[in-house]
Amino acid sequence: MSFELQGHMESVIEIEDLHKSFDDLTVLDGVSLKLTYDENLVILGRSGMGKSVLIKCIVGLELPEKGSIHVLGKDILSLSEFELNDLRKHIGFLFQGGALYDSMSVEENLLFPLNRNARHLSSGEKNDLIDEALESVGLLDAKHKMPIELSGGMKKRAGLARTLVLKPKILLYDEPTTGLDPFTSKGISELILQVKERYKTTSIVVTHDMKCARITADRMIILDKGEILARGTYDELKKNKNETIKGFFK
Amino acid sequence: MYTEKNTNEKSFVSILDIIKVAQTDKPIDMLKRHFKYHLIDIAEFAQFTALSIRYIFRKPFEGAEFMRQSFEAGYRSFGLVSITAFIMGLVLTIQTRPVMTEFGAESWVPSMVFLSVVIEIGPVITALIFAGKVGSRIGAELSSMRVSEQIDAMEVSGVYPIKFLVVTRVLATTLMLPLLVLYADFIALIGSYIGFTFHNNITLWLYIREAFEEMYFKDFIPAFIKCFVFGFFIGILSCYKGYTTNKGAEGVGIATNSAVILSSLSIFIVDLIAVQITQIII
Repeated sequence: MSFELQGHMESVIEIEDLHKSFDDLTVLDGVSLKLTYDENLVILGRSGMGKSVLIKCIVGLELPEKGSIHVLGKDILSLSEFELNDLRKHIGFLFQGGALYDSMSVEENLLFPLNRNARHLSSGEKNDLIDEALESVGLLDAKHKMPIELSGGMKKRAGLARTLVLKPKILLYDEPTTGLDPFTSKGISELILQVKERYKTTSIVVTHDMKCARITADRMIILDKGEILARGTYDELKKNKNETIKGFFK
Repeated sequence: MYTEKNTNEKSFVSILDIIKVAQTDKPIDMLKRHFKYHLIDIAEFAQFTALSIRYIFRKPFEGAEFMRQSFEAGYRSFGLVSITAFIMGLVLTIQTRPVMTEFGAESWVPSMVFLSVVIEIGPVITALIFAGKVGSRIGAELSSMRVSEQIDAMEVSGVYPIKFLVVTRVLATTLMLPLLVLYADFIALIGSYIGFTFHNNITLWLYIREAFEEMYFKDFIPAFIKCFVFGFFIGILSCYKGYTTNKGAEGVGIATNSAVILSSLSIFIVDLIAVQITQIII
């Protein structure tokens, strides 16, 4: 199965009427959105409002009760396990804590997906890809370090390098700046933009950090109580009179 | 159906759930719910096991990880198994000898002790030690990987976590436990010999010959085969509990605890069934 991403493609991700709940708690209540090629979409919302669940639905880590999700033209809810796995190779996902495999060094963390998804490459080519990914996140010096030796910001950078090593077409960032000091947060936000430029990725950034949103967003969505409260650019939403939205900009 | 997609959605019974239900429901409703939770858990375990078995035959095989897990489960258990098996053989001989001497059957001590060790005590005690050491490690390792989203990270990078994490561990425990039991039987024999020499003057060679006097393949084979089943259940139950945890740090503790308890319980249940089957066949 091949997935071609072209400039003229109308939407890279298309979500229609998505519903998801955990027991009695409704997390997503009819969410619909479109993500177009080369766009950085920021999903803003308070904690527990379903932002992370939404992007986990996009990669099939969570199954919605109702609705449809099309990624690169494929309906992910109707894909077989094999097809879904194939599609996932084109989607990078940066988890909140980096989710580095703690029994492996940074280099081995990057080699792990390469060894399983790019078997045709020689070890020299794999090494070049690892160096390129680490260099793009500024972590070349930490290649042989173990995750426990890295700071919070470095872990996120290493996690990002691990997703970049497969050269994904789509990147999903789950709270990329949570738990980081303002200086490191700004560095990560700028890195998201650099990655977009260098790897030509289309991204969704889930966050509640307004500074990160301001730096990274081409377009924004505000999610509240499982529904989309507002859409627009940073400046458009800043002028919005809704009290909840104003709360984010204070 | 249980697939890798919905691992985060499985229901999970904890003491807190039961207490919550107990506070709001009538006792009969609480029992019904409790029963339902366990039925769901059993069904999900069956699906998890079926999925894991399916992945055993899916290429390519994760050989390096299997070797690493075999080393962790097998080689790293040698010390503990050696001490336990040695004491087991020694104590069994010291306690049996006076009674046997009273009945004038002291010469039967080597074969009686060795037969007990090979048929029953060796496999069961070694499996229990193995469940405590390896089962808890697997439960804690996988549950902390689940909690820190490492398993999700594997899944989204196009790697099958069940194939890499579960299949390798289950195969390692299934193949390593029988080898450890053989080793434990031998060490127990040495312990038994030393215990016997406290009161008797006998060479090791003669003691071994006496020990094997009443041993037949029909005694050894069923005991050896059941070790594979013990190993499989220790591996799969520990992996299941670790892989499906979903309650943060509390979940890691619960998963580790459940892995050991269920593995230990499964050893006795499998042993009971194995004894019945052996009785029917032989």
